[in-house]
Amino acid sequence: MKTIKSAVSALLAVSALLASPWTLAADVIAAAPAAAAAEQPLNWHAISMFIVFVAITLVITYWAAKRTKTATDFYAAGRGITGLQNGLAIAGDYMSAASFLGIAALVYFNGFFGLIFSVGWLVGWPIILFLIAERLRNLGKFTYADVASFRLRQGPVRTMAAIGSLIVVIWYLIGQAVGAGQLLHTLVPQISYRESIVIVGGLIIIYVTFGGMKATTWVQIIKAGLLLGGATLIALGVMAHEGFSFEKLFSDAVAAHPKHMEIMKSVVRIGSQSNPIESISLGLTLMFGTAGLPHILMRFFTVTDAKAARKSVLYGTCFIGYFYILTFIIGFGAIVLVANNPQYVVDVTKNVLNLKGGGSMPAVYLAHAIGGDLFLGFIAAVAFATILAVVSGLTLAGASALSHDIYANVIMKGKSTEAQEVWVSKLCVIGLGILAILLGIAFEKQNVAYIVALTFSIAACANFPILVLSVFWRGLTTRGAVLGGYTGIFGSIGLLLIGPTVWTKVLGMGPAIFPYDFPTFVVLPAVLIVSYVASVTDHSESAKQERAMFDAQKVRSETGLGAEAAASH
Amino acid sequence: MSSPLASKIQNNPKYHHLVQQRDALAWSLSAIVCVIYFGFILMIAFTPGFLTQPISSTSVIPVGMLIGVGVIVASCLLTAVYVSRANGTFDPLTQEIIEEASK
Repeated sequence: MKTIKSAVSALLAVSALLASPWTLAADVIAAAPAAAAAEQPLNWHAISMFIVFVAITLVITYWAAKRTKTATDFYAAGRGITGLQNGLAIAGDYMSAASFLGIAALVYFNGFFGLIFSVGWLVGWPIILFLIAERLRNLGKFTYADVASFRLRQGPVRTMAAIGSLIVVIWYLIGQAVGAGQLLHTLVPQISYRESIVIVGGLIIIYVTFGGMKATTWVQIIKAGLLLGGATLIALGVMAHEGFSFEKLFSDAVAAHPKHMEIMKSVVRIGSQSNPIESISLGLTLMFGTAGLPHILMRFFTVTDAKAARKSVLYGTCFIGYFYILTFIIGFGAIVLVANNPQYVVDVTKNVLNLKGGGSMPAVYLAHAIGGDLFLGFIAAVAFATILAVVSGLTLAGASALSHDIYANVIMKGKSTEAQEVWVSKLCVIGLGILAILLGIAFEKQNVAYIVALTFSIAACANFPILVLSVFWRGLTTRGAVLGGYTGIFGSIGLLLIGPTVWTKVLGMGPAIFPYDFPTFVVLPAVLIVSYVASVTDHSESAKQERAMFDAQKVRSETGLGAEAAASH
Repeated sequence: MSSPLASKIQNNPKYHHLVQQRDALAWSLSAIVCVIYFGFILMIAFTPGFLTQPISSTSVIPVGMLIGVGVIVASCLLTAVYVSRANGTFDPLTQEIIEEASK
């Protein structure tokens, strides 16, 4: 039996899994025979439900396209999204296929290991609410760079913010594209990995170029509803099987799992080095990284006002928390109902956990054990829908950084028309969609274990602190924001490059120069120090003006006076 | 861009009261979330034995699991606290401030 042996590979597996459920399969169970997939009959239930979902989303896109006329419609859905709708969409952005299939798979193989990740991703949300959400809505237009550069020099600050956004978006896209290709290929083996990625890339280009944020948001809402509903049904099925007793569920799982009581003790395993520094660094990365993801921040510009922004976080947090609890029930349910079952396991005499079709299948097979082929098809379609929705949101966030920040405000210095800006944005969507397809194909066999650390570190060390400083600290100047922001971006990349994941595991260069997987505990303080020193030593005339404009910015951020209004139609 | 409306607001003591109150609430709730979460992480790092012990002699459920779920529930409750305070106190106050300024 091959399970995670050392804590090092455990952490890498978690990282990999978030980027791509199938990398987990490769890492954790050393690949179930792929031949099993090729023998599968055509999965008609899954295919027909994919088609139904795609048809519905295309109708929505058509509807949204007819209502998308202005830049505000395109980037921010006309600011007409309600708190509940945005809460669902936020939860949708966050509940990726990786977290659905991946957390369930982690639990299935290791028990409660990984709880710290779920908790870490959730606690970012209260911070977003308390410090960012309403102020973002009051100050911004389309991108978080609008807020960071509100009273600072547009060119340098937006360029820095856009670079940070784009690195996060592109790497996140790679992870999603690789995951999408592998997922679709495994569920429907007749569609190859490449075809899967092209299908996903093609669909999201259609959604986003024609339907903009309206289509993206509604695809996200529908998917969130399907995912929450589907996960609830699976969890209910598990609990019904266990007589609605958690005690029975867990003791049955302990009895069924080859590691027995260890699965209840893995709650304390965290990372490659279970020392306090790595743990705290991981915690900082997850918590503040969430609060700096561009596609998440962008959602706050779609709501009608600050009040709706606030409510949407409350709904989103509750949905995500509920979903994480469900994934744990699903993982334990899979131990009871899927492991040891010859229908799903490659060879029960050798390894009772090793599943046909790979390591991300526990949730999918559990659906089959509970509701048969039809339910399996439904859950497979939901997983696919999830990837489409998340990729759409990411693509739009990347395109808006390019068109709104770089093209309209840096290159054209605000002199382009709205129509030109939207046109450029659509070109960027097509470009990013094609890039995602190409990178997804290029990274098929690559080790993408560092993606979570990379994207969350940059979000936590560049996007988040500069945003908070700009909103709360009068003293921040352009020089401080730009130097601090680049310290966050390049500091994160540099330390990850010489850290254990990339240096040792991906590049094979021997022991890592920087011994920690998550560099946030070094980079975040460095960003704050650099921003502070560069700002207070800035005695230029423009710096004085920037500080003087803080009061007016504060009035707008606190009261919403002058905030972008919702479109009237 | 210092509009007359904005400077009127800045001279209204109610505005400073609002900012002070909201900042106090936002930062103290943020601190509570950080203490809860990093407390959980430090317990994992320093007292794993406490977290892995079962909640009772007849149970297989470890203490750490309940605490983990507790952190998730606490996050939802704290966001609810902020939203109810903001809806009940800050919104009416903001409305008042804007109305007084536009007179």
